[in-house]
Amino acid sequence: MATDTGQRPASAPSSLRSSGPSRYADPLFRAIAFTAGASVLVILGLMIGTTTRDALPVFEYQGLVSFFTSDEWRAGFSRTEFTGEYGAFSFIYGTVVTSLLAVAVALPLAIAVSLYINRLAPKRLKRPLAYTVELLAAIPSVVYGLWGLLFFAPTFIRPVMELLNRTLEPVPILGRLFAGPVFTTSYFTAGMVLAVMILPIITAITREVMAQVPRDQVDAAYGMGATDFEVMTKVIIRTSFPGIVGATMLGLGRALGETIAVAMLVGGSQRWGLSLFFGGDSMAGHIANTFQDAAPETVLALIAVGVGLFVITVIVNVLARLLVWRIGRVAGDAALRRRP
Amino acid sequence: MEDRACRRRRRAKTTTLTPETPPTFRPLGEIDAHTRRRKRRSQLFRYVLLVAMGLSLFPLVLILWTVVSNGIGAFGGEFLTQPEPPARREGGGYLNGIVGTLYMVGIATVLAVPLGVLAAVYLVEYGRGWFAGTVRFFTDVMTGVPSVFVGLFVYAALVRQFSFGTIMGAVGLAIMMLPIVVRSSEEMLKLVPEDQRAASAGLGARKWQTITKVVLPTAGPGIVTGSMLAVARAAGETAVLLLTALGSLQVVTAFSGVAQSSITLLIYQGAKQPFDPGKERAWAGAMLLMGIVFLLPFTARWITARRTR
Repeated sequence: MATDTGQRPASAPSSLRSSGPSRYADPLFRAIAFTAGASVLVILGLMIGTTTRDALPVFEYQGLVSFFTSDEWRAGFSRTEFTGEYGAFSFIYGTVVTSLLAVAVALPLAIAVSLYINRLAPKRLKRPLAYTVELLAAIPSVVYGLWGLLFFAPTFIRPVMELLNRTLEPVPILGRLFAGPVFTTSYFTAGMVLAVMILPIITAITREVMAQVPRDQVDAAYGMGATDFEVMTKVIIRTSFPGIVGATMLGLGRALGETIAVAMLVGGSQRWGLSLFFGGDSMAGHIANTFQDAAPETVLALIAVGVGLFVITVIVNVLARLLVWRIGRVAGDAALRRRP
Repeated sequence: MEDRACRRRRRAKTTTLTPETPPTFRPLGEIDAHTRRRKRRSQLFRYVLLVAMGLSLFPLVLILWTVVSNGIGAFGGEFLTQPEPPARREGGGYLNGIVGTLYMVGIATVLAVPLGVLAAVYLVEYGRGWFAGTVRFFTDVMTGVPSVFVGLFVYAALVRQFSFGTIMGAVGLAIMMLPIVVRSSEEMLKLVPEDQRAASAGLGARKWQTITKVVLPTAGPGIVTGSMLAVARAAGETAVLLLTALGSLQVVTAFSGVAQSSITLLIYQGAKQPFDPGKERAWAGAMLLMGIVFLLPFTARWITARRTR
């Protein structure tokens, strides 16, 4: 086969390989890229290691169980030893309540918006509508905090809270959640603003997942005589259910970790109350609100609160990623999804 | 004809199976009560969805309107060129915050973007097997880490040894930006056609030459756009800076050792204090910040579109 033209002697493949120093370029580049990739893991590991090292003495001093269950938080002022009382239950409770409130409000809205955009909106409006809702994710959280504190809470949320308080407080057991007095900055206020903040995150993924429902299934349901309502609830929502759960978890993770907006809106009282209208406190919010005035021992306690928050959000996030990954890798960050 | 024959056959079959009740046929066009109820419910549901859609657009409109209408008064040339006076006094501006934000976000970009793009190159060009999968997974997890926790980490690891300052804030912002840069660059690198890599290799280029001279330039505009999203996110970040930069009343140009300010920190402080002039400046700051955050991705897209034409 080889028709040797005689211009060049046939050479062994090894002689094609360069022998100069440039032959190290590829392995070197590979090593640099690998280092960069590994640095993500290193940074995350360092984050966990450093903070946990600082938090351990606090857990030891207060007792792990007591740290999470006691609601007695008294900041100490010592530079060298622990003198305060560090039970973080009030903050944990606030974080969980505000986040659940936010999800309870945002999830039905997100599902409705995704259904509307996917099934009912005129074709020309689909993209602008989706884009507009997702634009909410681009607004900085401090702007949400400012807007909530100076405008939204006093003019919109306060009347709603007073109405709920008047109408629902007499209800036997449920009424305790709506008991007065009503604070302008409260769990409820923070929850409502959080709902606005996580709405675009849940909507972005839910919409994406719903768009992936096979056309055949939808058409088949219509062919059987199903109404729009039945197609949406029994085919679309059911098929995309795991994705919706994943999206909700991502939204929940964001709500749990949200700092500045909650710090400004939750009340900052360092206490907790059963009523949703109580001005409570949250983990991230408490760290942000008191960090600047904290003595060294209290800073360690705040880091311990941060570690607790990190553990909770990472668990929620990992679960969410696993659920969303099953459907195909969808970026969790709604902002990432804004593409031409 | 065919149709009628078919129906007759079916009717015959039904009568043989249940002879005592011969089938009755509704006139066409008449709907029984059950179906009517289903239709009504469906129609009602459509209205509910429409209302929900409107409700979801409401906050954005409301935020834009309140921020602009409250902020326009204090906004202007003085706002951009004067540092913040005591909250009780009128006038003045956010120069200290603007300088701080530009300074810290600039350094953070220099730190995070090259590292993030290289990490994405690793994931797309070299990443096979469990290690790449782990990196990918934890990058995703890292996007969900609370910003206050990143602040605590930078404080515990660096600020305590050294001091609050520009570089500390920048490191915190860079950690927030890193996963966003990695994820968006990865998506863009994946879009580069495999043919181009093969063509480059066929011309005798080494892999690193292929990556730096073919793959990265092709994905460049996308990477810039994605990085701009990360920059916008960093510019709007507050909690990290609260724990690493601390805030300052003067314009700070020191690289480290002196507490630094930012637009977001000034908004946070302005919103919490009781005096009206300070609050007005906070609204104006929010207007400026939203302008930056919304316009950055657009300008990035515009610039890259012009350059690639």
